This record gives sequence, C-alpha cells and structure tokens, in this order.
Amino acid sequence: MIVELSKLLSGLDVPGDWVGLRATREVSTTRSVRDGIPETNGTSLSQGLMVEVWAKGQIGYAATNSFTVERVQAAAQEAYRQAIAASEWNIHPTPLSARPKMVGQYVSPILKPFDALTPGEINEILVKICQTLKVSDRIVQASATALTTEKDTWFVSSNGSEIQQKFWQIGTDYAATAQEGAVIQRRSHNGWLAHCYQGGMEHLLIPDLWNQVQQIGEQAIELLEAEECPTETTTLVLAPDQMLLQIHESVGHPLELDRILGDERNYAGGSFVKVADFGNRVYGSPLMNITFDPTVAGEFASYGFDDTGAPASREYLIKEGVLQRGLGSLESQSRANVPGVASTRASSWNRPPIDRMANLNLEPGTASFDDLIGNIEHGIFMESNRSWSIDDQRHKFQFSCEYAKRIEQGQLTQTLRNPNYRGITPRFWGSLTKLGDRSTWQMFGTPVCGKGEPNQVIWVGHGSPVAVFADVEVFGGGS
Amino acid sequence: MTTELNVLEASFNQLADSIADRLKPDEHFTLTLNSEQSQFTRFNHAKVRQTGAVNDGSVHLTLMYDQRTGYLEFPFTGEGEVDQAQAQQALAALRQDVPQLPINPYLVLPAGNGISQEVHIGTLLPSDAVAATLLPSVSDLDFTGIYAAGRVIRAYADSVGQKHWFATDSFSLDYSLFTPEGQALKGTLAGSHWDQEIYHAKIQASRTQIDRLAQLPKRIQRGQYRTYLAPAAIAELVGMLSWGGVSEASYQQGGSCFGALRRGEKKLSPKFTLKENFQHGLVPRFNELGETAPMELSVIESGNLANLLISSKTAKEYGLVANGANHEEGLRSPEIAPGDLADGQILTTLDTGLYVSNLHYLNWSDRPTGRITGMTRYACFWVEKGEIVAPIENLRFDDSLYQFWGSHLVALTNTQEFIPDVGTYDSRNLGGTWVPGMIVDDFTYTL
Repeated sequence: MIVELSKLLSGLDVPGDWVGLRATREVSTTRSVRDGIPETNGTSLSQGLMVEVWAKGQIGYAATNSFTVERVQAAAQEAYRQAIAASEWNIHPTPLSARPKMVGQYVSPILKPFDALTPGEINEILVKICQTLKVSDRIVQASATALTTEKDTWFVSSNGSEIQQKFWQIGTDYAATAQEGAVIQRRSHNGWLAHCYQGGMEHLLIPDLWNQVQQIGEQAIELLEAEECPTETTTLVLAPDQMLLQIHESVGHPLELDRILGDERNYAGGSFVKVADFGNRVYGSPLMNITFDPTVAGEFASYGFDDTGAPASREYLIKEGVLQRGLGSLESQSRANVPGVASTRASSWNRPPIDRMANLNLEPGTASFDDLIGNIEHGIFMESNRSWSIDDQRHKFQFSCEYAKRIEQGQLTQTLRNPNYRGITPRFWGSLTKLGDRSTWQMFGTPVCGKGEPNQVIWVGHGSPVAVFADVEVFGGGS
Repeated sequence: MTTELNVLEASFNQLADSIADRLKPDEHFTLTLNSEQSQFTRFNHAKVRQTGAVNDGSVHLTLMYDQRTGYLEFPFTGEGEVDQAQAQQALAALRQDVPQLPINPYLVLPAGNGISQEVHIGTLLPSDAVAATLLPSVSDLDFTGIYAAGRVIRAYADSVGQKHWFATDSFSLDYSLFTPEGQALKGTLAGSHWDQEIYHAKIQASRTQIDRLAQLPKRIQRGQYRTYLAPAAIAELVGMLSWGGVSEASYQQGGSCFGALRRGEKKLSPKFTLKENFQHGLVPRFNELGETAPMELSVIESGNLANLLISSKTAKEYGLVANGANHEEGLRSPEIAPGDLADGQILTTLDTGLYVSNLHYLNWSDRPTGRITGMTRYACFWVEKGEIVAPIENLRFDDSLYQFWGSHLVALTNTQEFIPDVGTYDSRNLGGTWVPGMIVDDFTYTL
C-alpha cells in the first residue's frame, strides 16, 4: 500500500508546499450475546484516505473513502483550497517541522490470530459465558461481547515519510445484572469493556476465564444483599480497574496541550493546568509517577508513530509528583513552547489528528496488596468503574464503582453496594499515600475516549497499581 | 446539487437491486446508508484552528437466513461498479458466516410496504467562505467552536421492496465566547439556509449576555437551591433518557430509570410531559427495518408513563406491540411540553437561587433511583429577589429525576427552544430537542 500511496502522491497536481496522505483500512467485528441469544454479529470495513496540504502556514484537509486518482486529486485540491482560505485567519502558523520526515513500521504483538476461532466458535464461548454468569434466577440480564479490530495505517508525505503500522486489537465485556424488587445491581468484568488489548484471541480465552465469569455472576447477587456504601470521609483504596478512569479523567485530559491552548474549550473543555505549570507544578504526592508509554507490549494504545509521523517513546509526564510535559505532538509543542509527546492522533481516515492520550500509566510503588490493606484501620476498597463525570476544567469529579469492601483493622470485611466518591483533582492526587507494587499493577483500556470538533473516539490504555488515598468523600446510592 | 443527489440515489437503488437479484428464496436482507459531505471548520480565539472537508459514506448490509442474522458494513463511494463489487463480496462473506451463528428466536424479518422520499435542499456557505464570513464580526471576542455543514443522507432498502430516502443540507455553528477570566457563554445556530443577518443578530445577543459575566464569579456552598434550568440544560437531561431510560428492552433487563415509575414506586409531576414528535421533520422517521414511527408518540403524559420505546425485536421477545422505535430504542425527536411561565417571569418566580444555562458531562450516579450527576457550565448566575447578582463558580449536582421532574418541579416556561444536536461522532447528527426551561425547588449541589 505504501507503494500505491506514494504513486498517488507523486501524481498529485496541487500547489501546496507540503502534502501528506494518511490512509486507513479497518476491519472490525462485533459479536455479542445476551441471555444466551445472539444480539450482534457483524463486520465493519472502513477505509479511506485523508489528504493534508500545507500552504501559507496553514494545513487544510480533505478526506475521501475512494482511492481513485480522480477522487484523491479532487481531495488534494479541496485541501489546498481549505488551507488558502483559512491562512489569513490562522491561529498559529503550523511549522513544517510539525510533519517530520520519518520512515518506519510498527506491528502489534499477537499470539493467536483472529481466525483461530470461527464466528460460530466465538458465539459458543459467548453463549457459555452468559450461561455461567446466570448463577441465579435473580440475574435478569447476562451479556457477553467480543470485539476485534485489524487496523492498517499508512502515511506518506512529500518530504519523504513512509510509515506503516498494523494493529491487532481485541476487547471483551461480560456482565450480569441482578434484580430483587427495586434493588438492581450490575457487575462486570472490571467495568464496561475494560479488557481492551493489542493482540489476538489469547485475550478471549484467558486463563481462569470461567472462574472469573462465575465470580461476576456471584458478586452481582452478593450486591443485592449488601449494605449501601456509607456517607463519610475516609481512606479510599482503588483497584487498577477504577484507577483506569481516575488516571484518564483527572490526569490524561488535563494534560492535553490542545485543551491547555484553548482549542477544546467549546466541547470537552479546557484545563486547570496552564502552560507555565510545566516543569514546576506539584500535581500530586511524591509517589505519583505518570508515564506516557507507547512501548508496553499488548497495552491497548501502543504504537510506533503518531498520526503526524512523530516517533513515539516512553516519557514521564509527572515525576515524583511534579509536572514534566504535556500530551501533544510537535504542532502543539511549538505553539505552547513546552515539551510534549508523540500523541497527535486521529480516530480514523475521516478525522484530523488532535492531541490525545495513548497509554498513560501510573508506575508502581513498593507495597504488597496485603501491606496496603493491612495498614488501614478504617477505609473502603472500590473496584470497577460504573459512572464518571468531571467538570470542563478537570477539577471536580464524581466517580461510581460497581463493588466495594469495607476495610476494618487491616482486613477487607463487609461488601458494600453503590460505592461513589468525589473530589477535586489536585487535592485528590496530593492525598495519594501509598502505591501497590508491580504484583498489584494491571493494565486495561477503553476504545471510546471522546473529544474533538468534529468529534472523535479513540482507544487508550491505562495501567496502574492499587492506590491508597487519604480523606476522600465517599457515599452510596438511592434517594 | 439535485443532479448529484439523484445520481447517489440511483446508485444506492442499484446497489439494493443488485443484492435483491442475487438473493436466494429463503434469504432476507436490509440495507441502510449513512452518507455525508461535510465541511468542518474549527475556531479558537476567533481564528481558524483546523479546517477541512470529509466525503464519507457506508452501507450496512444485514442478511437474515434460517432464523440467523449477521451484518457487513462497507464503504459507499457512489462509484457503482466499486460499490456493487463490495456488496457481492459482502453477501458472499455473510453466506459463509451466518449459517455458523446461533439461532435468534426473536429475529424480525423486514415486512411492510413503506416507501418514502424526503429531500431538503439548503443554501450553505461555500467551504472557502466560512472563515471570512464568520470571523470578522467576532474578531474582538474570544470566540471558539465549530462550523459544520453539508449534505447528509440516510437511506434504506430491503428484500420486500421497502425504500426510504432522506437527504438534507444543514449547518450548525456551535460556539462559546470567553471572558478574560475564563467565564463563558454558549451559542448555537443551526438550519438549512445560512442567513448572515441572523448570524449577526445571534452574535450581538451573545455580546450583550457576556457583559453579565464581567464580574468576579461567586462561590456557592454545596447544598440545595431553587434553580432555573434553561432549555439547553434540560436538553442535556433529556439526552440521558436515551441511555437506560425510555427503552422497553432496558426496562425488561433491569436497566431503566423508569422501572420505579412503571412499578408505581415513584411519581413524576403532572406538569411533566415528554413525547417523540417527528412533525418537525428534521430527522428521518424510518428505522433499521424500514418501519416508520408515528408522527407523535407520548412517552410521559402529565407525569404518567404512557409508552416506553418498543422496537419490533423487543416486541417479539416480550410479547408487546412495537411502536416504531429504532434498534437502540432511543429518542430521535424529543419534545417536552411547555408550561405557563412567561419568559419575563423567570427571575421573579425563581426569586432567590441559581440560574443555570447549561449542564455538562452528565452520567447516572444511581440509575434505578433516577439519580444523575453532572456539572453546571456556561453563564450560570446567583439570583437574589429576582435580580441577577453574579456569575457563579461551577457546581456539581447530583439529584434524582424523580425530584426535579417530580415533586420539586415548580414551573415550566410557556415557550420551547430548539436545541440542535451538533454531535459529529462517526457522522453528523441530525435534529435536536424541543424543550422549555423549568424552575425546580431544592436542586441538590454536592461539590
């Protein structure tokens, strides 16, 4: 495809100073079963190409789902027109260095290819998962979903870039809803679609799958009888499957340079972080080390290059609690004059690249899980995200989890339902008092991080140890 | 424009015919099209941040055979030979996959004889005129947002000969104006015909409003306050109902906030009426099975649950009668009935409390009890004795719809506003929500 794209590029008749072609072919399957009955079985093919043309310091883009010479030529001319028309109104001249010459490849690690299982065999597994989830008549819904995506991207440019990346991605979701009169509780496999990885069918047929599925059903029933989470200020311990959301919403989004520069203010919002904060702002306790790490094998958003061609590498965004760099590639870095990372990404061929998260991880500490819990006199341990909301500056958040345990005298005791907590980002991360070691570290992902105008959803990965926060407001449900 | 549309319509029809021609006697299919040619220009600080055009289209082919079903989605380029070759490949692939799949006892085959064609031709800005048309009149403002415009097509065909075609030209301008201190107000303008005078009037009105935000914001302590929720805020709340609210399947499977209402455990205010109203004509009435929704369908009538949205599949599974809902059983053209509060009486009726223009980032904090959390956003004010005192620092709310649309609902305005759906995930959304503003007692703010 690189050859075909290069040929298309060389044949374009467009007067811009730089031209880039970014093509994507994405084949996604969705298979879901509910209560043992197939709900969705299908495949989506999306393919197309975006032409970017740089003229008078402005990039214009045009995207088409046709690869014919005529349509690509028409797109190039349209992109040029867009660039010229906007150049007089340009917010910041885009330097050509924002589209560096880069040649390279990336391929996801994969053990069992997607065709290792037929559609029929996948459905059999999903049906069996539903049956295993239904541990009681009080389970009113049991669902199982498996998503796969085989994605190829190619990028060529008039300054000699040739980048080819191939991604194999898989996501699974299993959940049981239990009901007893007005009490309804849902328990899932670490939160909605949290099991998202790069790789193949090895992530569907995981070791211990059936025990984990059985436990989801049993815990849904257990929650029906559980006490409401109390309203109090206490020590909060969060499992990695909730830290996923905590990192995403209160660290990732505020550090996106386009939010800080104001581009996103009309939609998702701005940030309490300012350009002047990089290099000196204390973001959280000294235990807090956040890395942007596109090199973790199998993590959902690993890659070799972002969608502008910038090469990706592991970098500390926050080191020992102090803010180091932002999420944003060369264009935003030149606008803000702050260090960033290669994270300007597009959801597909039909959307322009913008500053995003990718893999954003909280590095582990030194305590074992038993040590973490054993040192807490009174607290609550919460697992698996259920609900999330945060303000447009990424300050005031409220998150709900599916399942919680009371911590008393260093022991996990009573199960609690409808656990919620709320806080304010800097204060919350400042109250991080302990981190679990590598044995407690788990990585998850989500395929639906929404942002941008026009809107885009993109896939991200987050890894974290178990984390302890002091003096957090927790509360239950109902009214 | 019409010629181009005719070509695309003919191309889609040929695609459907080519599939129908190759269908075996015991097979059924549905074919849906989602296509757009869109201009997207994004602004920040009254300058252009990004600008471009997207020419996109995809068809969704569903094959039904022997109580089994699967789909394949592929690009619709409008190039007949390319698209028909894709369709034949898709049909062949589905014939491989579908026999392997489990039986679906609730499979619904296409039926009926629905045929419709609706085309709305508009007058939109040329793509190279967007910046020069919009930006001069806001050059002294901190203006940010997006202009999205172009043609959107939704179409349907199936194995029993039903055909629907809906094409519309539309634009939306979704913007914010910011003060140097970071206070902001939101504006939206949408339609099918760009009118520069209307645009100037809209910006002028925004200029007047932003003056009110000039003073320092007041910090409000958490607690319960009498609150006016403006139409844009109500539209956000209505949006939640398509996510575990009005769906019959969701209710049956323990996921609806209206379970307590249906079981008679909770009540809503007799002042509250919600319906689907397709009279506005901004969205197609047909669904993924070619069924046409009734022009109006009452969901909540004077506080009582009248209808949840029932798709044919849900109807078959639970022995009910379908009411034209789409597969997701979500609201497509929602409207809340107005009340009797005159716009001029809003502040005096509110008396002392909060004037909330918009809400942001809503989520269920406890769906079975109808509890929603989210943030205030944009141009929200503290009001005392019917007078605006100061803008506020944003607050988090967490309250149940059984309170704010129930016993705490004081009044609804006697006018509705159209709040356009400006979403562009996957493709440009159509339509919007028609809602009044409302005053509620003891709205709960938690942070």
